Amino acid sequence: MAEDALELVDVEYEPLEPVVDLLAAAEGDACVSDRSFAYGDVDAALAAADVVVRHRVRFHRWSCTPVECYGVVAQWNEAEESLTAWANFQGPFTLHSVAAAALGLPGARLRLVTPPDSGGSFGIKSAVFAYVVLMGLASRKLGVPVRWIEDRLEHLAGSSAATGRSTQVEAGFTTDGELVALRYDAVEDVGAYVRAPEPATLYRMHGSLSGGYRVRNVAARNRVVLTNTVPSGLNRGFGGPQLYLALERTMDVAAGRLELDPAELRRRNLVRADDFPYETPSGALYDSGDYEGCLDDALAHAGWDARRAEATAARAGGRLVGVGMACVVEPSISNMGYITLAEPSAERGLPKSGNAEGCTITVSPLGGITVTLTTTPQGQGHRTVAAQIVADRLGVEPQDVTVLSESDTSTSPWTVSSGNYSSRFSGVGAGAVAVAAERLAERMAAIREHLGDPDASLRRVAGTAHWNPESLPPGMDAGLAVTAYYAAPNLLPPDGDRVASSAAHGFVVDVAVVEVDRDTGRVSVLDYVTVHDAGRLLNPLLAEGQVRGGLAHGAAAALFERLVWDDDGNLLTASFMDYSCPTAPDLPTPRIGHRESPSPFLPLGAKGLGEGPTMSAPAAIANAVADALGRDDVDPPFTPGRVWELLER
Amino acid sequence: MKPAPFRYVRAETTDEAVDALTREGDDAKVLAGGQSLVPALNMRLVRPGVLVDVNRVGELSGVARENGSLAVGATVRQADARLLAHPLLAEALPHVGHVVTRNRGTVCGSVAHADPAAELPLCLVLLGGTVRARGRGGTREISASDFFVSHFTTALEPGELVVETTWPLAQDDTGTGFCEVAQRRGDYALCMAGALARGEELRVAVGSVVDRPTLLDVDPERPGESAAAQVEPWGTVHASAAYLRHLVRVVVDRAVAQARTRAST
Repeated sequence: MAEDALELVDVEYEPLEPVVDLLAAAEGDACVSDRSFAYGDVDAALAAADVVVRHRVRFHRWSCTPVECYGVVAQWNEAEESLTAWANFQGPFTLHSVAAAALGLPGARLRLVTPPDSGGSFGIKSAVFAYVVLMGLASRKLGVPVRWIEDRLEHLAGSSAATGRSTQVEAGFTTDGELVALRYDAVEDVGAYVRAPEPATLYRMHGSLSGGYRVRNVAARNRVVLTNTVPSGLNRGFGGPQLYLALERTMDVAAGRLELDPAELRRRNLVRADDFPYETPSGALYDSGDYEGCLDDALAHAGWDARRAEATAARAGGRLVGVGMACVVEPSISNMGYITLAEPSAERGLPKSGNAEGCTITVSPLGGITVTLTTTPQGQGHRTVAAQIVADRLGVEPQDVTVLSESDTSTSPWTVSSGNYSSRFSGVGAGAVAVAAERLAERMAAIREHLGDPDASLRRVAGTAHWNPESLPPGMDAGLAVTAYYAAPNLLPPDGDRVASSAAHGFVVDVAVVEVDRDTGRVSVLDYVTVHDAGRLLNPLLAEGQVRGGLAHGAAAALFERLVWDDDGNLLTASFMDYSCPTAPDLPTPRIGHRESPSPFLPLGAKGLGEGPTMSAPAAIANAVADALGRDDVDPPFTPGRVWELLER
Repeated sequence: MKPAPFRYVRAETTDEAVDALTREGDDAKVLAGGQSLVPALNMRLVRPGVLVDVNRVGELSGVARENGSLAVGATVRQADARLLAHPLLAEALPHVGHVVTRNRGTVCGSVAHADPAAELPLCLVLLGGTVRARGRGGTREISASDFFVSHFTTALEPGELVVETTWPLAQDDTGTGFCEVAQRRGDYALCMAGALARGEELRVAVGSVVDRPTLLDVDPERPGESAAAQVEPWGTVHASAAYLRHLVRVVVDRAVAQARTRAST
């Protein structure tokens, strides 16, 4: 067994001085990227502001904890000099190209096969690609197929984790609460090296630096630093939790300084319903929304005024009860071009705006409908939604549609952006399905017309296309199959330092009510309201599942999970004994509300909604804890021990 | 996470188990519920040469009332409904791991494992219970306070098997209380305490922050404060030493208040 063999290997290491803390790394020579961006005139606006609020937040590193860890089977074919790999990867994505280049293979000689459902991920399975390369090399060297199944200890120690970030924010306001300038100074910890697609965590949210607010003067300095810790990678929320902890905590600190209700301060600054489509200073095009409507809904659901009054009364009686909120714009369907912002404009190479997804629909001679996806689902219900869309377009029942979601880079319809990330399914994944289904429906209508039988059954139409191509309308291909690719129409390559980083933008307003046990430091979430506008909901039940899952991950980061290394770089949270992944009873139960402002750019009007509360919950809970404790210097995770130290400080 | 190679012996009777343990000596580990042992094996934290499986030994599965105590056999699971006849066990067991681990984990296994952060050893010490151990020379009774020596270390001799633990049932005028603080449901406690009150008598035991479940001689007027003054917690990744000392005060006071309320009603 491999672990017995491992014990026979003796490695002598020559210890080097470790750097574990991101700010220490920024001071030394471990800073690998340092870029500054400015939109509008932040210096002048800050100088003219009535009130300038400065606030620093720190977001810790945390992981994703799927039930099953990584798995790869690699088989080198010496005769064809090709590699076939089976892996619970969530690509192919750009990482197929990265893996092929690492192996020195033309893309067609790396055949990557992923299962119909790649299991849980929350993003972390994007990093399987590194092991595809390693197992491929092992198979080539040994001349036999190689299997590798990662265990939990390996997964926590070495797979991937979210970035850590320290952000200093400066925000200028007028006395009546108008946000006039916003400046970020962010230091991003990507771990041991910059692994593809990093430093994407910093740039995924770049178009949304101004969040849901109308501020036009925005600046950011982005430093990427290396530390002797696990490399970072995709993690549900990807950059959102870090950005919004900084922005939304600053809004609450500002509300305190301005003596305004935090909800009212936000209301005065939110992008207005008649501003859409709204272009942000840093280049995002917010497609649709009614931010103030969502705020109203959330305040009403939560009973904001009553809750705040109760909390004030409870605190007067000695209890530590607090109410907090967060308003976040939830981008979905990433523009792969955003990552080029990490390089100065002149050094970027060819323009990039990749975001497309493909879909194939075939109809068998007997009228059986099969849909092939390359969206590598992990339990989100892609097959269910694809069947709904195709059934609607073709006039059949969803159960009449077979959807295949196993993907194979040698046979599936894919592009460089295909896969499962950035909440892209309901936009471009389902979009490609809708386009393919529409084209197929048009062909079938043309065949019916040509047959002179508008009521011809599906079986009759399919039979004609397969058995008697001669009877098809002139110029129509034989058989009955369509492959369609769909790319969002509103994504362009970056223009200088401005980028439409995502195709769709949902909106989320969360309200959290917490109580801190003064004796133990334990934080209990007494109520949690989350209101979403993700455009048209394709399947309300699946949407609710996404909201609950997103909240689970965000609440985990806010209250439980944290990767900790000692000063020598030893991982102290190396198993589930110390890495405190919450279980269901530990998590708040949300009360969920929806609005639907369809995206005008996407074929179904649907936006992604898989990440919203992951982005908002850490900020909302942090604001509630700050309110409960009556202090601003609070950073997650709010574990009992950390909160008690705050109480003692 | 695969164990180092080991041999496996399945005992059908207590005698067979004791014989196997005697034969193998220090190299043997008893497999009961396996909820602590198997993860430790998989992480290669322990490498016994042989596992002696007692799960099929029918004579060790009993729960009986005898002389004012509940006697619990070696293979009785933590989820066994018969245990709920004991008020303190009923109070503490929901804190022991999770439903699925309690379905397999045994009461006696937890006691023999002697994790200072485990609930059941603390309860046994608080109640003044005993451990019945059988070796080749016969059966002996070890009081709980003598049984637990240090972290994962007990007074058991090589070749001895815990066949039963006895849990004194409190009298009507006695109240017990249990309190712990853990990060998540089912976690090992950061700090925990049990209390037993009867008239003026007060007994307090603490766990997690000590190297074994420990009875403390507390000031009945200021139980938490006087308990905190008697322990020297070591910090962990989750909790500083100062926080843990503070928690001793909190959990002792809460457990004592619970015990006193129950004793007086």
